[in-house]
Amino acid sequence: MDKVIIAQNLSLSYKEFETIISKATFSIDAGSFVFITGASGSGKSTLLKSFYGAIEPRAGQLSVGGVKMNRISTSKLNFLRRHIGIVFQDYKLIKEWTIEKNVMLPLIISGYTSDVSGTPVQKLLGHVKLIHQAGKYPPELSGGEQQRVAMARALAHNPILILADEPTGNLDEYSSSVIWNLLEGANTQLKTTVVIVTHHIPEGLNVPYKHYHIEFGNIHEIA
Amino acid sequence: MKSLKNHISLIIALFTVLASVQIYVAVDRTIAAYETRLKDDYSVIVVANKAFIPSEFKSMSSMIERSEPISTSQVLERLKGEMSQKNLDLLRLTLPKFYRLYLNRYPSPREINELQHLLQRNPAIERVEGFTQTHDTVYKLMLLFKNVVQIFSVAIAAVTSLLILKEMRLWQFQHAERMSIMALFGAPVWLRSAVLFRLAIVDAVIATIILCLAFFVIDYYGFLIAQLKAIGISVQLFNFVDDALRSLAIALGISVALTFMIVIFSNEEG
Repeated sequence: MDKVIIAQNLSLSYKEFETIISKATFSIDAGSFVFITGASGSGKSTLLKSFYGAIEPRAGQLSVGGVKMNRISTSKLNFLRRHIGIVFQDYKLIKEWTIEKNVMLPLIISGYTSDVSGTPVQKLLGHVKLIHQAGKYPPELSGGEQQRVAMARALAHNPILILADEPTGNLDEYSSSVIWNLLEGANTQLKTTVVIVTHHIPEGLNVPYKHYHIEFGNIHEIA
Repeated sequence: MKSLKNHISLIIALFTVLASVQIYVAVDRTIAAYETRLKDDYSVIVVANKAFIPSEFKSMSSMIERSEPISTSQVLERLKGEMSQKNLDLLRLTLPKFYRLYLNRYPSPREINELQHLLQRNPAIERVEGFTQTHDTVYKLMLLFKNVVQIFSVAIAAVTSLLILKEMRLWQFQHAERMSIMALFGAPVWLRSAVLFRLAIVDAVIATIILCLAFFVIDYYGFLIAQLKAIGISVQLFNFVDDALRSLAIALGISVALTFMIVIFSNEEG
């Protein structure tokens, strides 16, 4: 099976003499559904950041979607990011843009005009039950609604990999279920690899998943 | 409101640069018009011991446009009662030839001196009078004013460029969140910064329009043009095609170049 993420002796840190992830070796199969758990400050989010190039490996090797992340060039990083969908805990929506345009962002970046991207975006907004809010701006929506917009945006460009950092951390039950359904759907129907960093794994998931746990800078798989 | 304030800051800064450049251009044009007027009235007098044909003078210097001999008959006429005809004939033969040389432009004092030396190198030319002492004081004042305006324009351009740079840094901070989100989804630097370039272009166009309006008002009421006419200068202070296009090019050049600098600089920082 193809590997989407390969880490060999991967060490991550923000400062020189501080190690957050130490010599981690693991791989994530294409089309898999993966949870990464750990206590607060264990380095879950840092690890996720390394997958989209927000932090460079201090030591070891990391490859995402076949792209080596060590000393990655800006153009390669941009190319990789155009094939990744990211869901952040704090949504990271553009406040000055409408919901519809926010969802369109990855398509705009890929060079699609609004005429072309309009229909798939409308469909996605339908999936996240926000079609009637398309013309509104993020500050006008609740946290749950904003996260659903972020979810729709992550799926808009049909990415090979979805990275989600606590996607349902502070959300109501309804928004959480919409998001889990979409993540499951992307994985089962589109074979998108899904990597989720979370404090706890929800019950009643309908997809098989792998579970990695981070403790004291080490990452190990939980069977 | 805050955004409007930011726009106004950049528009005013760009307008200041454009206005200083346009004032310099207008002064330059005024001086050129005045030079033309002076040139028409100005000539160099040459005293020679032999007759010259116009092409001989023209070949001496490219500045010489045409020449005409000054008739000596008036002088001789005046002496008619005081001298015998024989002496008058003798005088007519020995009297030097006088010429008036017209130039193709109004010369600077240095150019007059150079021309005098050049002409005096010819052994047949005995004397050259350039009337350097009567070189126009107004013209000299105008040249001084032009130099002052030039220095002033450069200083204004430097200071306002710094202000524009500061203003654009503020814009960048305002749009930093949007730009960082776009970066997370792989937007290239030019796409992330498109908003800054758009603002820079819009403000450059607005600053140019304001400049055109300002000079239209000056032109319409004509108080400045009337003052210039009073000293015999007829000049167009603002050409609504050439000057507007040049101003737009300058405004766009400054704002886009500074935005480019900010974007590249911040990209390297990031």
